[in-house]
Amino acid sequence: MTDVITLTGVVKRFGPVTALDGLDLTVRQGEVHAFLGPNGAGKTTTLRVLLGLLHAQAGSMDVLGMDPWRQTAALHRRLAYVPGDVSLWPNLSGGEVIDLLGRLRGGVDPRRRDEFIERFDLDPRKKGRSYSKGNRQKVALIAALASDVELYVLDEPTSGLDPIMESTFRESVRELRADGRTVLLSSHILSEAEALCDRVSIIRDGRIVESGTLAELRHLTRTSVTATIERGADGLADLPGVHDLVMEDGRVTAQVESDAMPGFVAALAGSGVLTLESHPPTLEDLFLQHYARS
Amino acid sequence: MSRTRSGPFVGTWTMLRFALRRDRIILPAWVIGLVAMVSFSVAATKDLYPDAQSRIEASDAINATAALVALYGKVYDPTSLGALSLIKMTAFGAALISVVFVFLIVRHTRTEEESGRLELLVSGVVGRSAPLAAALLYALLGSAALGLLTAAGLLAVGLPAAGSAAFGLAWALSALVFGVAAGVAAQLTVSHRGAIGLGLAAIALAYTLRAVGDLADGDPGWLSWLSPIGWSQQIRPFAGDRWWVSALPLIATAILVPVAFALRSRRDLGSGLIPDRLGPATGRIDGLVGLTVRLQRAMLVAWLAAAVVMGFVLGSVAENVSGLLDSPQMRQYLELLGGKQMIVDAFLAAEVSIFGIIVGGYAIASVARLRAEESSGHADLVLSTATTRMRWALSDFGFALLATGLVLIAGGAAIGLGHGVSVGDPVGQVARMTSAAVAHIPAAWVMAALVLALFGWLPRAVPGAWGLLAVFVVLGEFGSLWKLADWVLGLSPFAHSPTLPGEQVAAGSLIGLLVVGAAIAALGLVGWRRRDLAG
Repeated sequence: MTDVITLTGVVKRFGPVTALDGLDLTVRQGEVHAFLGPNGAGKTTTLRVLLGLLHAQAGSMDVLGMDPWRQTAALHRRLAYVPGDVSLWPNLSGGEVIDLLGRLRGGVDPRRRDEFIERFDLDPRKKGRSYSKGNRQKVALIAALASDVELYVLDEPTSGLDPIMESTFRESVRELRADGRTVLLSSHILSEAEALCDRVSIIRDGRIVESGTLAELRHLTRTSVTATIERGADGLADLPGVHDLVMEDGRVTAQVESDAMPGFVAALAGSGVLTLESHPPTLEDLFLQHYARS
Repeated sequence: MSRTRSGPFVGTWTMLRFALRRDRIILPAWVIGLVAMVSFSVAATKDLYPDAQSRIEASDAINATAALVALYGKVYDPTSLGALSLIKMTAFGAALISVVFVFLIVRHTRTEEESGRLELLVSGVVGRSAPLAAALLYALLGSAALGLLTAAGLLAVGLPAAGSAAFGLAWALSALVFGVAAGVAAQLTVSHRGAIGLGLAAIALAYTLRAVGDLADGDPGWLSWLSPIGWSQQIRPFAGDRWWVSALPLIATAILVPVAFALRSRRDLGSGLIPDRLGPATGRIDGLVGLTVRLQRAMLVAWLAAAVVMGFVLGSVAENVSGLLDSPQMRQYLELLGGKQMIVDAFLAAEVSIFGIIVGGYAIASVARLRAEESSGHADLVLSTATTRMRWALSDFGFALLATGLVLIAGGAAIGLGHGVSVGDPVGQVARMTSAAVAHIPAAWVMAALVLALFGWLPRAVPGAWGLLAVFVVLGEFGSLWKLADWVLGLSPFAHSPTLPGEQVAAGSLIGLLVVGAAIAALGLVGWRRRDLAG
């Protein structure tokens, strides 16, 4: 599998503020990649750098085999971008903006365009100034989704959408993936990434702190286990990789590292297990864990 | 607090304090700049006319020159040092400060509303009419401060107290009337650009009305009495100090204020008076140039219409100016200067020159769209498509150059038509005045290039181009009076435009302007290519 986006050691400073501090990011072809981080971590800056809208001070960048700063227009022909804060021309209608952006990207497929307008339930005749935030976002999303490109870069695409539109959006992204297209979406909504993405990268203070499939990331973290046992199990607390162990009235709860799981389960089995529940960590846990580490 | 905590005016004081705080640099800067300009110009003039005789000669010469009367008005007391030395500052200065107040008041009303910032405030404990009330109070306080400081400045350079006070009052009232008018305009349009456009159009109309009215023999005609700028002149500072005239702008203000509030209470936040219509469901904008044309055409059409109407009006009064000069001595004096034709031509040339500077303002506004598109985030949408930065910038810049040329040509042709109809030679005059206007295109293009350079290197300083234009106007009007060095005067591109008709065209300076303009524009593009997109 080839890589669609490779950023290595990217540094972007705005005056005294360092927004990206040696950022590495790899997005593979055909995957839906979530770029996660809280507000101000550098998500939008990263996306704007890899689009060639901002000029990085250091690092190497390869997007679809091109240098985004030098081959900007050629690169843009092959991708579609939805900004996080979509601002439309106040006196142009939504339909006009969708068609304009499509033409500037190299052509619109009217069938696809109408289909997405229908699916996202947008009135394309309204003027830009009278759209709500969610509707402005839909205009940019429809323009992007309706265009026939290899890479979709979406900055917090669902932040203004209602739950129904959110599910329409997820459906559309799955269709893109089924077509073999690549999607990079930034988000701070973890459930969205969990439901949609093949791989995630977590950014903190301008650096990627974790990157991989959800399974890989989970492997690095602890699973929460709850069990009921017949008799007391001595020595559970002494097992390496077992944390926060609580035993009360034959009920055991603990956080267990992935590597320690076999030993832990074996020890429980020796104590006569009645029930056993284990929850893999949610993205939320991953996230909090990384941010708590600072 | 004893006042009630609800109602449309709650929070007015907070909003006013907030507005004054936001403008704590810009307002004092303008006020001090204007007061300094008026005081310096008196200080520079007063030694030129040491005795009554020299003042009478100078005043008579001004009053007999129609071009100057149309531009500045008359000196109503030929013996008065104050009236003579402030002739350039009375109507012209009143218009300039009115422009400043239109910008300031729209900035605190429609701009805030359009950006959505006002919504944040109005959803709190601020009443519906409070922002407007605060803006109008701001106009009142600002104009009062301007008037007081102006009077103090004139007093300080040695002019009589009563006249100084009258002059300060005349300025303050002009600023107040147009500031309040801008408050009304802000209720009508949805965009701040539209509101500023309405305000500036009102000032241009007022200036034209008094220009035509002042050309009447003796006392000004009734048209001057329809113009708030005319009222400022008719207070006649240092030439009778007719305080009663100040009742007119006060009455106008008293009418406009309730109109503004009535309009405000009749509409929703964020809307104008005219509801938005639905647009087309599919777009016909076929690309970048189409987008530029779509975004800029309204402004171009407005400027073309204004140029044609004002050009025609001013052109048609040109022939009458010789009628002012009826005395035998005057005719003799005129023959000496080159005859009647010469005077009419000088008047036409002055009109075209001023028009050239005004269109320089259009060039600024048009190129400044680039920055507006960038800071609003629209550029993000366009530049993330296959559109290169160069093409994007050149589309707007190229449009600005063409449109600037078009407005100048239309205005020149309209002046020619107005004049040609009255002398019975429409075709010949249209050709002559159009070519006169064409000679002013290069200077306006240099202004466009300066905006592009600011955009490329110091995007946040793009509004500073208006300050540059103001500096160039002041250099042109007062530079020689202040005995500034030639190279300083030559900094203004408008100094290199020929005075047409009446002068030989120096192709060298026009080519020079084009070369300098091209170099500045290229520099701007280099900067734009290498910088980040900034919010």
